[in-house]
Amino acid sequence: MTATAETFDTPEVTEDYLLKHRRGSRWMHWINFPLLGIMVWSGLRIYWANRAYSIGPIELFPGWFNEALGLERRLAKGMAFHFTFGWLFTLNGIAYGLYLWRTGGWRRLVPDRRHFQEAIAVVLHDFGLRKRAPVQGTYNAAQRVTYTAVILMGGLIVISGFAIYKPIQLSWLTSLLGGYEGARLIHFLTTMGFVAFFLIHLVQVGRAGWSNFASMITGYERKRRTSRD
Amino acid sequence: MTESSEDREARLRAEVEDAPAISADTYRGISRRSFLTAGAAVAGGMLGFYGLQKRPEIDNIPDITRRAHQLNERIWSATFREGHLAPTFAPSESSILRVNGRIGIRSEIDLDSWSLEVQAPDGSLIGTHTLAEIQALPKHEMIIEHKCVEGWSQITTWAGARFSDLQSWYPEHADTAYIAMETPGGDYYVGNDRATMDHPQTLLVYEMVGEPLDQEHGAPLRLATPLKYGIKQLKRIGVIRFTDEPPADYWAERGYDYYAAL
Repeated sequence: MTATAETFDTPEVTEDYLLKHRRGSRWMHWINFPLLGIMVWSGLRIYWANRAYSIGPIELFPGWFNEALGLERRLAKGMAFHFTFGWLFTLNGIAYGLYLWRTGGWRRLVPDRRHFQEAIAVVLHDFGLRKRAPVQGTYNAAQRVTYTAVILMGGLIVISGFAIYKPIQLSWLTSLLGGYEGARLIHFLTTMGFVAFFLIHLVQVGRAGWSNFASMITGYERKRRTSRD
Repeated sequence: MTESSEDREARLRAEVEDAPAISADTYRGISRRSFLTAGAAVAGGMLGFYGLQKRPEIDNIPDITRRAHQLNERIWSATFREGHLAPTFAPSESSILRVNGRIGIRSEIDLDSWSLEVQAPDGSLIGTHTLAEIQALPKHEMIIEHKCVEGWSQITTWAGARFSDLQSWYPEHADTAYIAMETPGGDYYVGNDRATMDHPQTLLVYEMVGEPLDQEHGAPLRLATPLKYGIKQLKRIGVIRFTDEPPADYWAERGYDYYAAL
């Protein structure tokens, strides 16, 4: 009985949960998710009207792809949504950039030179090819490199988007990106980058477990027992 | 200035360890609230997006997105620079434009019997012109990149008279907000804003890549401007009307942006 009673005894209050993601980052992260989704969805409708890209003989997003998603033949609707939600995507991105800057949050995010080498070690560790992962902060080296790249890609996709949206009024911007066709290709490739990131991100979040996922909603993550996993 | 490896590691660990900490009890409350908020936000967002797609439509797209097009038009027309020219290209890059639309020009017409009608805002006929009269205006050539809403673009060479030169024949209507154009018979029709029509690269075209325009490219006279998508560049102009009201526009009625400016 004593033993049982002891387990019921509340041990001294320990502070087991540490703040990982601040409110602003959490909101902007989750707002970005559907916005990016809508941009890709409406962008695919626009792409459908002129499926210009292929890798060798492989046509990228052939007609059946859009048909399977029910996205064919509504170019006008695609453009309407793209040019409506593009502003929200842009504003959210600008707000996030300002937030990172004003809160100093960028210091926990932007990689230094060594993080680029360590990122390789992190990936090897993830694949079980390396015993120990490098010491990390809030984000590991691979996350720092990837997340920073994704933020820069956000800037690139907005800039290249404007370059193909207003190629005459913003002709200086369009020519900076290699002209209309060049800017369109950049816009497309960046989208592919986002989709690739999204898929990898899903897998990694799944691997990292519930506590990590929940921290993107609650802000707090349970203190890790081991030094680093 | 240079940070030692130990200092760097300590700084990185501190990012995690020095973060504000809370007890499991406090966490439970925060967690419950956060997940409730998240659930409400997801439900609200999904409902909102579903609702947006079910909104009443204005010209084939949900009203909110139509208003967004109009807001975009206000932004881009307010920042429009009159003297700003579209980039031009070398003759070697230019080619015969792909034919992409036949609405309003499906049947051939007798070019010799064609004439251009000009109408006042009330629709009354105020002028009729032959192609020779248009060709008597100063001829301008431009090698520009033509762009289609579908996403493709092609560099081509247009030659013709500036619309602004034709406008000088009608000084009393030089300030109307819009210019309407229709194919003979009225199957295809567009409205363009005054700033676009006054632009020096907005031409009434009768030649493409050094040859007289053929019928599928809009002979005898078509509109060409690098400032707008192809949907706004009417082929085979039958009627021009000066007006202050936004004219009916074929593709805008079918869901596209009325402004459609580049």
